Amino acid sequence: MRIFGNRHVLGWLLISPAVILLVTFTHYPSISSFISSLFSRGNPIRPAQFVGTDQYTAMMQDPVFWTVLENNMIYAAGTIPASIGLALLMAVLVDQMLPGRAFLRLAYFTPTILPMIAVANIWLFFYTPEIGLLDQVLRPLGIDTPNWLGDPDTALWAIIFITIWKEAGFFMIFYLAALQTQSPELKEAAKLEGASPFTFFWRITFPLLMPTTLFVLVNAVLNSFKLVDHIFILTKGGPNNASSLILYYIYETAFSFFDTPYAAALTIVLLAFLALLALIQFGVLEKRIHYR
Amino acid sequence: MSFLKPKNLLGLAVGATMALGAGVASAKTNLTMYYPVAVGGALTKVVDSIVADFEKQNPDIDVEAIYAGNYNDARIKALAALKSGEPAQLSVMFSIDIYDLIEQDAIVSFDDVATSAEDKEWLKSFYPALMENGQTLGKTWGIPFQRSTIVMYYNKDAFRAAGLDPENPPKTWDEFVAAGKKLTKKDGSQWGMMIPSTGYPYWMFGALTKQNGQVLMNADGTETYFNNPKVVEALQFWKDLSQKHEVMPKGAIEWGTLRQNFLEGKTAMMWHSTGNLTTVKKNAKFDFGVAMLPGNPERGTPTGGGNFYIFKKSSAEEKQAALKLIKFMTSPKQAAKWSMETGYIGVSPDAYKVEELVEYAKSFPPAAVARDQLKFATAELSTYQTGRVRKLLDDALQAAIAGDQDPKEVLEDAQARATQLLKPYK
Repeated sequence: MRIFGNRHVLGWLLISPAVILLVTFTHYPSISSFISSLFSRGNPIRPAQFVGTDQYTAMMQDPVFWTVLENNMIYAAGTIPASIGLALLMAVLVDQMLPGRAFLRLAYFTPTILPMIAVANIWLFFYTPEIGLLDQVLRPLGIDTPNWLGDPDTALWAIIFITIWKEAGFFMIFYLAALQTQSPELKEAAKLEGASPFTFFWRITFPLLMPTTLFVLVNAVLNSFKLVDHIFILTKGGPNNASSLILYYIYETAFSFFDTPYAAALTIVLLAFLALLALIQFGVLEKRIHYR
Repeated sequence: MSFLKPKNLLGLAVGATMALGAGVASAKTNLTMYYPVAVGGALTKVVDSIVADFEKQNPDIDVEAIYAGNYNDARIKALAALKSGEPAQLSVMFSIDIYDLIEQDAIVSFDDVATSAEDKEWLKSFYPALMENGQTLGKTWGIPFQRSTIVMYYNKDAFRAAGLDPENPPKTWDEFVAAGKKLTKKDGSQWGMMIPSTGYPYWMFGALTKQNGQVLMNADGTETYFNNPKVVEALQFWKDLSQKHEVMPKGAIEWGTLRQNFLEGKTAMMWHSTGNLTTVKKNAKFDFGVAMLPGNPERGTPTGGGNFYIFKKSSAEEKQAALKLIKFMTSPKQAAKWSMETGYIGVSPDAYKVEELVEYAKSFPPAAVARDQLKFATAELSTYQTGRVRKLLDDALQAAIAGDQDPKEVLEDAQARATQLLKPYK
């Protein structure tokens, strides 16, 4: 009995660092956000009151919420497949024996190691009408360029492009690592059987990369709901919320409008949404993945 | 002899105590102050040097001045510091944060801190237009510090090339449009004008509406006038500049990069904060001028920028020390220095009597334009729930200017929602 008790204690002790971190930084904030989302916005003069689901009803009627939600869907659809596809392509390219291979790898990876804010400031001057790099290159060629960040039709896409540029190099590293663990015997065997390079990639390389793809996909999905830095510098969510995303709207609500309960309600919705996505990804996709 | 003033005697006593040194705890008051910089440039160095001068004069007060980003960041940092119990006794924050700060019960009014007869005189020493955003509920809550108006920067060389008189910039909207048409080059290498529509669009709009004879809100911060016909007309005019007259680029014009556009000659005129003056002066490779904004027919501009606030949580001693610091930083001599180094307005008429600034304005007339424009100035948009109300207007403006929507429709919508938000404060 004593031994059992000790083992029990030992077990708890062993997982306690993880538990403490998770509870402090994940579970407790989630629960307290949920509780605070059930109250009205208070101040020292008028204290907060319990209002039940009022914040959520208000959210349903808030046109900005629907705009940022739609924007975020477009942003996710625009960034995830493109950055993963590009990462895979780049990884396959630099996995081969090319002259200057190390330099190429570094070049692809560079966007990832630059600080986000610095990157955004550089791109701000790329996109600036008239004096920006893009306009200076395209205008002399007779291409009529839009006001990239100032036009509601292009602002979000301009940000999507930066994200792809920044993420692809990061995901490439994972693919590259996975590719290098693949045994060269597979390639030799395929050659003997007379498989074309495309068949080899599609039937052998790609399926073997699936665990990496899942990992990269989970990261890409999370990142697509995590972006705020670029928006701060580039558009502040404008024009007229055309490039605002959920997290930026939460920030604005909490710190610009001081409406913490509504920000909490938005946070809960975002959390629920991400939890759902994670369930789908791990529940459905994982079953189809072949781990060695 | 001024040496015998009680204050100096006290200073002497403190100095003596400190000189005696060992065993005697020094009664230093520590102040923490956050301040923002909205226009870039080396303004932090200027603040640091003013603070250093103050500390030299007041060895019993220790000031930590912390640069805290733009106006929004400064407010967030200061309030977060207060909530977490970190001591900040005073801060420079956006003049229009006043209602939020009062609602959060974060600040004290200067009427409660500056109580002596001399203090009361001091409160009256500033330009009245600069006090508007700092006063409500019958009290003064903010003391003007880094205050600006919008001015029109124009490229005199471009004016000459287009056959316009460089010493006679446009005074009315009609002249403004006419000049813009002459200055706009068909190949797109030079635009007539740029009015920024990101960052602080409501601020630029406040100028246009004032010029058209209408303000955006009441003095209590409880009502907005977004759907007033004159306001709608002002937005139509702004939109027409790019859509109808084609003298300004279409889409949103970025606040942060506009100065660079002007410096590179891509636009012949720009509306921007007077806080940019010194940077433009240093970097312009052409002959430039600064003018008051045109009118329709009256001129008009909102004031802008940051005020000093004192936080409620401070001790009585700290409040007095904070007041002393604020008095020092807004004193004519320092205000004159600040104005020359930055382009911000010297906050009191006395600042413009300081020898150096008089000389400076003589050799560089643009330095006095913002001051002269003060008589046409009005308060910057500021209400209860100011962040939300401002965003409603910003979104409406951008929807009309960059997004092709009807000015009347978007302003009606913004007005309806602002009224809803402000209902509880009536």
